[in-house]
Amino acid sequence: MKGKTISPGKAEGVALVSREPLGFYGGVDAKTGKVMEEGHELQGECVRDKILVFPKGKGSTVGSYIIYGLKKNGVAPKAIVNEETETIVATGVILAGIPCVDGIDIGKIKTGDKLKVDADEGTVDFER
Amino acid sequence: MYLTKEQEKMLNGEKGKVIEKMFRLLVRLGDIYGADQMIPIGSAQVSGVSFKSIGFPGLEFLEDIASKNPEVKVLTFLNPAGMDLEDWKKLNYPADFAKHQLRIIDAFKRMGIVITSTCTPYLAGNLPRFGEHLAWSESSAISFANSVIGARTNREGGPSALAAAICGLTPNYGLHLSEKRKAQVRVKVNASLKTFSDFGALGYLVGMEVKNKIPYFVGIKNASTDQLKALGAAMAASGAVALYHVEGITPEAKTMMREGLEQIEFGDKDLEDAYQKLNTGEKPDIVIFGCPHASLQEIGRLASELEGKKLKRPIWICTSRMMKEVANRMGYTDRIERAGGKVVADTCMVVAPIEKMGYKTTGVNSGKAACYLPGFCKQKVVFGSMSDLVEEQSK
Repeated sequence: MKGKTISPGKAEGVALVSREPLGFYGGVDAKTGKVMEEGHELQGECVRDKILVFPKGKGSTVGSYIIYGLKKNGVAPKAIVNEETETIVATGVILAGIPCVDGIDIGKIKTGDKLKVDADEGTVDFER
Repeated sequence: MYLTKEQEKMLNGEKGKVIEKMFRLLVRLGDIYGADQMIPIGSAQVSGVSFKSIGFPGLEFLEDIASKNPEVKVLTFLNPAGMDLEDWKKLNYPADFAKHQLRIIDAFKRMGIVITSTCTPYLAGNLPRFGEHLAWSESSAISFANSVIGARTNREGGPSALAAAICGLTPNYGLHLSEKRKAQVRVKVNASLKTFSDFGALGYLVGMEVKNKIPYFVGIKNASTDQLKALGAAMAASGAVALYHVEGITPEAKTMMREGLEQIEFGDKDLEDAYQKLNTGEKPDIVIFGCPHASLQEIGRLASELEGKKLKRPIWICTSRMMKEVANRMGYTDRIERAGGKVVADTCMVVAPIEKMGYKTTGVNSGKAACYLPGFCKQKVVFGSMSDLVEEQSK
């Protein structure tokens, strides 16, 4: 699948997919990488070392710092794949240096799929 | 995007590591949003200042940047901090919170940022001109600069505004372009608006309805800058309105008007409903005015309202350090304190840890504060006019 480079880099890993938007400020714990938003479909899941897949970000602009914090604390996802990356997530992944691609039809991806993300080229592929 | 030779050097690290990282962020954002070039900015205003909001990740990020000694290229102001930077002890702020907050402030200071923690930079010495390009990030200040002054800024996040300040540039897209500043929805106001809180209630309704569109108001006959400040702040909080036009009042209303727009109407009944919706509690533990930061006139008005009264429960009014200085001189602060109130500078109820200071129900006259307090500070809200809330706290 071909999308657009938001933040360069390459990564391979297992997908963790959310069908609903994800907010990082108040939504993800920067110390543990656990999703803590009450009632969110990923509540209790850990983003660490995953290929984190969600349609788009939501919520406070402080979310950028949380993404940076995840990386600094060693609990960041290996890469992020979005339908549409808005500024909060874009700023966060660029500062943190996390590979990120947008413009991907994430409906085709399920949690547990093995993915290969080449954010330099803006591509996401399944590893068979 | 077209980059000049000088800008290429910024991007490939010839101007240092911090510039490279910050400029890369601006170039990426510009690419994402289809900017054709970078444009110089006249000033910047950086959000993400309160330790309560940004926590350790933000604190560490800012200290990392500051340790490399970058210097901002333009006049740069700060958003409110989590506490009054001078009187925090008197106001019973937790000491460990204060310690982290002061580290954040120190990091900004080392970058050459002016330590005026306010959401109303335009009242405190950072006044843009019509048409000037800016990189501001406090949502109510963005709305004021774009709408009331006619300057041009997108809704920046804390880091992108900081990057713009350090580079002196911002990508040319969105509200920097004339064609993106045209009205998108016509809002006919039939309600009669009297108080600051009426404008806040209207803003709350319109923001919910129009989300991030550009409203064009008709039927607002007159409005002070304080009232426009309240209107814009509420629309930016309940929706994501960064620019609005008011027929006969704001500078771009004539040039950015469009015919044939979808129209929504607001009457007195709608305004009443808004008051009802925003009221989620009763008997406030504390009343806090000054969201956005109070102007000198608002502080003066509170001093007059409190004349001869003895408060049973506290009232704060939040403002910038500059306004407080003049309020002291005018005797407003004394008069407010004599009645049992406080003039608090550098901070506000949304970014201060009021839920940790024993308060459960807060009274406000601000549509923006009424939107944010339940979520950010776990407060029940009493929403009303300044006079009504002063009356309430004196009973």
